[in-house]
Amino acid sequence: MAQTFGTTSGMNERHPMTGNVMSSSQATGIETHTYDVVVIGAGGAGLRAAIAAHDAGARTAIVCKSLLGKAHTVMAEGGIAASMGNVYPEDNWEVHFRDTMRGGKMLNNWRMAQLHAQEAPERVMELEDWGALFDRTDDGLISQRDFGGHKYARLAHVGDRTGLEMIRTLQQRAVALGIDVFMECTVTELLKDGNRISGALGYWRETGRFVCFDSPSVILATGGIGKSFKVTSNSWEYTGDGHALALRAGASLINMEFVQFHPTGMVWPPSVKGLLVTESVRGDGGVLKNSEGKRFMFDYIPEFFKAETADSIEEADRWYDDKKNNRRPPELLPRDEVARAINSEIKAGRGTPHGGIYLDIASRRTPEFIRKRLPSMYHQFKELADVDITTEPMEIGPTCHYVMGGVEVDADTQESAVTGLYAVGECSGGMHGSNRLGGNSLGDLLVFGKRAGEAATAYVKALRDSGSDVVVNQEDVKAAQVSAVAPFEVEGGENPYTIQQDLQQSMNDLVGIIRTADELEESLVAIEAFKKRAETMVVEGHRQYNPGWHLALDLRNMLIVSESIAKAALARRESRGGHTRDDFPGPDPAWGTKNLVVTLNPEGTGIELHEKPLPEMPDELKKYFETPPPVEPVVPLAEPVETKES
Amino acid sequence: MAYQLKMRIWRGDKDGGALGDYDVEVSEGEVVLDAIHRVQATQAGDLAVRWNCKAGKCGSCSAEVNGKPRLMCMCRLSDFEPEETITVTPMRTFPVIRDLVTDVSFNYEKAKEVPAFAPPERDADGKRRMMQVDVERGQEFRKCIECFLCQNTCHVVRDHEDNKKAFSGPRFFLRFAELDMHPLDTLDRRNLAQTEGGIGMCNITKCCTEVCPEHIKITDNAIIPMKERVADRKFDPVVWLGSIVGIFNRDSEERDEV
Repeated sequence: MAQTFGTTSGMNERHPMTGNVMSSSQATGIETHTYDVVVIGAGGAGLRAAIAAHDAGARTAIVCKSLLGKAHTVMAEGGIAASMGNVYPEDNWEVHFRDTMRGGKMLNNWRMAQLHAQEAPERVMELEDWGALFDRTDDGLISQRDFGGHKYARLAHVGDRTGLEMIRTLQQRAVALGIDVFMECTVTELLKDGNRISGALGYWRETGRFVCFDSPSVILATGGIGKSFKVTSNSWEYTGDGHALALRAGASLINMEFVQFHPTGMVWPPSVKGLLVTESVRGDGGVLKNSEGKRFMFDYIPEFFKAETADSIEEADRWYDDKKNNRRPPELLPRDEVARAINSEIKAGRGTPHGGIYLDIASRRTPEFIRKRLPSMYHQFKELADVDITTEPMEIGPTCHYVMGGVEVDADTQESAVTGLYAVGECSGGMHGSNRLGGNSLGDLLVFGKRAGEAATAYVKALRDSGSDVVVNQEDVKAAQVSAVAPFEVEGGENPYTIQQDLQQSMNDLVGIIRTADELEESLVAIEAFKKRAETMVVEGHRQYNPGWHLALDLRNMLIVSESIAKAALARRESRGGHTRDDFPGPDPAWGTKNLVVTLNPEGTGIELHEKPLPEMPDELKKYFETPPPVEPVVPLAEPVETKES
Repeated sequence: MAYQLKMRIWRGDKDGGALGDYDVEVSEGEVVLDAIHRVQATQAGDLAVRWNCKAGKCGSCSAEVNGKPRLMCMCRLSDFEPEETITVTPMRTFPVIRDLVTDVSFNYEKAKEVPAFAPPERDADGKRRMMQVDVERGQEFRKCIECFLCQNTCHVVRDHEDNKKAFSGPRFFLRFAELDMHPLDTLDRRNLAQTEGGIGMCNITKCCTEVCPEHIKITDNAIIPMKERVADRKFDPVVWLGSIVGIFNRDSEERDEV
C-alpha cells in the first residue's frame, strides 16, 4: 500500500476507523505522518483546538486513545458557564471573572480567568452555529442555570447531559471539516529537536504497531489524572498522559497539589462508587441532609462567603424564586467547601448506611420537574442503584473529579516552556487556581482550545516562513520504542493491574480530601516502592489490542503525576481550595502569592519542586475584589473518610 | 454477598476464536463490565474490551450478553440468577478486531455522509432564537450516545453484509431526522436519506428502539416521520406537479436540497 504523508486526501488509503495504513515501508521502518499541528486528545479541548488549527490553515491531526466521541467530556453534566445574560441581564464578564477568582481562592492566573470570562459567551454561540441544541428560555434564547459559586444563573445546558451535546457538536464539526482523526492511538513520547517540539511517537492500540507524527507543534489535550485515585468520577483514560509527556519533554506543571473532590458522587452500589451526581441537582433545588434529617450546610458557611450566603432555611428556599432579595443556599457554595462539609458530617457519625449523606430533591420538586431537568440522573440511579430519585433521596459522598494543576502555560497562547508544545483543558494549569467552579471547565476547553489551535498554527507558519524546520531524531524514536515494549521483555515480574490498584488505594488513603504531613510523607515512600515494582512489571500476550500492555504504559504516567501531587501537597503548608491540610487548617497569606512548580529531575527518575510568585493582577482588575482574601479556617476539619474502606 | 459467577467470554480475532470459560468472584450491585474487568485483572490480562465511562454515557462497552445487544456497564448481575452462566460475545454485525472489540468504522464512515447543520445568519443582536418545544424533538435524538447497538441489531445489515454500502442505519436516520426537524437548518436532506441512507429499506420492526439504552423512540419518532417526509416529497402528486411547473414550492420550505 502506498505510504501517505499527512494529507487529508490520503485518508482513504488508511483504515477508516483507526487511520492505520498498516505499512512499514517507510525508510525509518515505521509508519510516519507529517502535520503542522498534532492534537493529542479528542475531548472538548482537543476538538476545539483542532478545529481552530484547521480553520487557521494548518494541516491538523487529532490522536486519541478511545473512539471519537467517547472522551471524558461526554460525562460533563451541568453546563457551560458563560455570562450571556440571557436570564440575568446584569450578568457580564466582570462578575464571572470575580466569581472565578474567588472560587479559586485568588490563586488563579488572573489573565486566564479574564480571557475565559470574556470569551466564553461567543464560544457557546459558536456551538449553536454548529448544531448544538441548548435548552431555551421563554424568549427562545439559550437558557442558563444556577451553579455553585456563580452569582447569576449562567450555565448554558442541555438537561443534565451538556457534555454529550458539546462533544457531539464538536465531533460533527471536525468530521464536516475533514480533519484527520487517529482513533485508539496512544502517544507515548514527545519528540524534540533542541528545545523545540518535532513530533510525537505513539502506537495503535489495535495492532500494537508504532506510528510517528512528524510535526513542529503538539497540543496536549489529554484531560486529568483521576485514575490515580480509587474513588473517582474519571474514566480509564484519565492517567495524566499530558502531564507526564510534558514533564518528560522538559515543560513544568503548576498547582498539582490542588485536586478537586466533587461533593456528590454515588456511594452505592460499590461498582459505581465515585460516579458523578451533577451539581445541577442542588442548582435545581436539591438539599443535603445528614442521617438525622438536618440540612447541615448552614453549619459550614465560611467567613469568606458569609455575606452572600443565606443563613436560614427560609431565606435559602426563597432564593430559588426571588434571587434579588435573598442570598444563595449554602448547598451552592463552591465544591471544595461542600465536599469538606460532607466529609466532616460522615466523619462525625451522621452518615447514611452506605457511608454517604443524603441528597434530597424528591421532597422538594415534582417528579415531572425532576425527570425533565435531570433525566440522566433519574436514569443513572434507576438503572444502577434501583433508586427512584423522584421519591427517595440519593446517597452521595465526595469523589475525585478534577485536577486544577497542569502544564504551566502562557495565558494568551497556552504555550508551555517547550517551544511548539501547548496544553489546553484539564491538563493545563492556572485557570482555576486552587478550586474550579462547576461549569468553568467546559468554557475553559472551548476558550483555550481555540486560542491554542490558533497560536500553534501561527507558530508553525512563522517557523516555515523563516525557512527553518525541525527534524525528528531517529535515535529518539528508536529509544522510545524500546522503552514502550520493555514490559514484554520482563520475566517473573508483577502484573500492572495489581500495581495500579495499590497506587489508587494509597493515593486515596494518603493524598485524599484531607491531608497531613505524616500521611503525605508515607505516600511518597509508597510511590517510590510502586516505581520500583513498575520497573519489573510484566505483560502477558502480544501487542494486538492488549489492555495489560496499555495499562503498563499508562501506569508510568500515573506514577510521575502521583508523585507530583504528593510532593506539592506536602510542601504547601496551608489549606486552600482543593488542598486541605489537617495540620495547617487555614489559608496562609504568604502562600496566597505563590505557585508550586514541578519539573522532572535531571536523571528523569523523579520530580523537583520550585516556588514561583503568582503573576500580579493589574490595578484595573483589583477593584473587583474589595473584600480581603480569607483569613479564617474555612470549615471544621476531620480525618478522611473515603479512604478507610477495605 | 460475593459469589462465583460462571462466564463464557468469546476470545479470538478476525481469523476465528471460541468461547472461553471463566469463574470469577462478583459481589452485590455489580454489572457485567465489573466481572469482565475482574477476569482481565486476575486471569486474562490481555482480554480486549472497550470501555470508558462505565456509567452508560459514552456508549463504548457494547456487546452481546446472552445474545442480547447491551451496554455491559448497564447490565446488572442482579438481573441474572447467581447460578446462571453469562455468555458475552462481541457485536455480531461488525468485524471482530480482538475478543470483545469490534471494528465499528462502518458507523464513522456513514457519519461522514450526512451533510452538517447549515444555519442562517444570526439575529441582529448576535443571538439565535428557537422555542423549547421546537428543539425538544431534536434533543431526544441528540441523547444518542453512539453505542451502535441499534446498528448492530438492525437486520438490514446484521444478516445482509451487502446492504452496508447503501444503508446508513438507525443511528443515522436519527441524525437525518434531527436535522430535518431542526428549527433553523437550511438544507433539505430528504432525497439523500433515501438515496444514500437507504431509509426505504427499513421495514420498521423496531428492533433498534428495543435495544436503545437511552430509550430513544428511534422508529416512532425519527424513522417513521422521516419516511413520511421522504414519501411526501417524492410521491405527493400536488407537490410533484408544483415542482414541475415551478409555481408551488411550499414543500421545500425554502431549503436547499443536497
